[in-house]
Amino acid sequence: MSTRQAAQSCLAANDWICGEYLRTRAQELTDATIEHVWITAVSVLIGLAVAFPLALLARARPAFAGPVLGLTTLLYTIPSLAMFSLLLPVFGLSAALVVTGLVLYSLTILVRNIMAGLAAVPAEAREAARGMGYGPGRLLWEVELPLALPAVMAGLRMATVSTIALTTVGALIGKGGLGDLIDDGVQTTFKAQVLTASVLCVLLAAAADLLLLGAQRLLTPWSRIRRAGGAI
Amino acid sequence: MGVMADAWTWLTTGSNWSGEGGAWHRLGEHMYVSGAALGIACAIALPLALWLGHIGKGGALAVNVSNAGRAIPVFAVLALFMLTPLRTAGYAPTVIALVLFAVPPLLTNAYVGMREVDRAVVEAARGMGMSGGQVFRQVELPLAYPLLMTGIRSAAVQVVATATIASMVGQGGLGRIITAGFNTFDTAQVVAGALLAAGLALLVEGALAAADRLLDPARRAARTAGRGSAAMPRARAAA
Repeated sequence: MSTRQAAQSCLAANDWICGEYLRTRAQELTDATIEHVWITAVSVLIGLAVAFPLALLARARPAFAGPVLGLTTLLYTIPSLAMFSLLLPVFGLSAALVVTGLVLYSLTILVRNIMAGLAAVPAEAREAARGMGYGPGRLLWEVELPLALPAVMAGLRMATVSTIALTTVGALIGKGGLGDLIDDGVQTTFKAQVLTASVLCVLLAAAADLLLLGAQRLLTPWSRIRRAGGAI
Repeated sequence: MGVMADAWTWLTTGSNWSGEGGAWHRLGEHMYVSGAALGIACAIALPLALWLGHIGKGGALAVNVSNAGRAIPVFAVLALFMLTPLRTAGYAPTVIALVLFAVPPLLTNAYVGMREVDRAVVEAARGMGMSGGQVFRQVELPLAYPLLMTGIRSAAVQVVATATIASMVGQGGLGRIITAGFNTFDTAQVVAGALLAAGLALLVEGALAAADRLLDPARRAARTAGRGSAAMPRARAAA
């Protein structure tokens, strides 16, 4: 059998790695990847938008800190399959169901890291800013948030990577991005589809992690200067 | 909430609990698979992490394994296993996939626990003439215990929670009640299965938290009011 024939028949032979699969199903793979990316991005962004006020509330009113942390940890304990199923009566079979579940999971990591980042801001920096006449809003935006950024970004990276992995479970209701291809591949014992979609998932997570690391470097130029200065 | 009432009816109907696909059988499968996976993962991860922590090497490994574990979807791993000859090996695909996911938190927490033991205490123990094995058993292990337990706890909860996903590739466990409900468009059963799976995860979390409180050597030492070697962990807890 020539290599050309072998390449053409890898679909028929159900090989794990199959160039013909990539060629003929490129559109399907692209669509699934795009769905995966937007579900993840929307979930993490909403998670961030919810986690910030929660973290600020927990900081401003220490009485809220325990319940906020306890509740978000409790949510994290609930199995993803159960979480999506419990949301079914509310959202029906929609992407909003998957996004809501993923938002709830991301809160645990995000709230924890934002609180830790804000708590680690040196008191002197806060005092100096107050002495210079900074109000609470400007203090938060221009002093505390930039100093808390490394911890916040660390949380954001963890949340993003685990959200990309969890999105696959959305295949339960047919809204799992690449997870749908994995699900379909298992049902039809289609090896190339399962392996390709799984590898794409992991690559997506690695790419998102690197992208966020790059964004963190750009947003905190002072940390690089300090590190360089420390080296001398 | 009509769905909740229907789910309650499902849960309180005896016939849903008995038989091959009944809730008791699924619960048994779930506990068996989770227990086996956690036991194997502990047997692999803990000796390795404690040894690496004792000799003070392999920190990068412990952290990287943990990060990589987070990026790999358990659903994908299960799906890949189901396309190999493993699919005919009973619960093996689920158990192996769960072991892979329990190892990272166990490894990282046990390693970090060992490394966070106060170096001054270890040096003092060495100075008193303790051998490597004695330092490990009498100093490092008791002091690393809280983080070690945290790792086992989070791994156990994660394993029990993740075991539900096995149903998505046709393996057993409580998740099967959920997926079976989806296949028959029975929302009440889906919600009932979800309540069972979530309840079990919360129960395991609560039980382990309680066990942790009872078994912590520092707390035990505090209760027996510091005698001999037990005083050391307490001193650390107070610091």
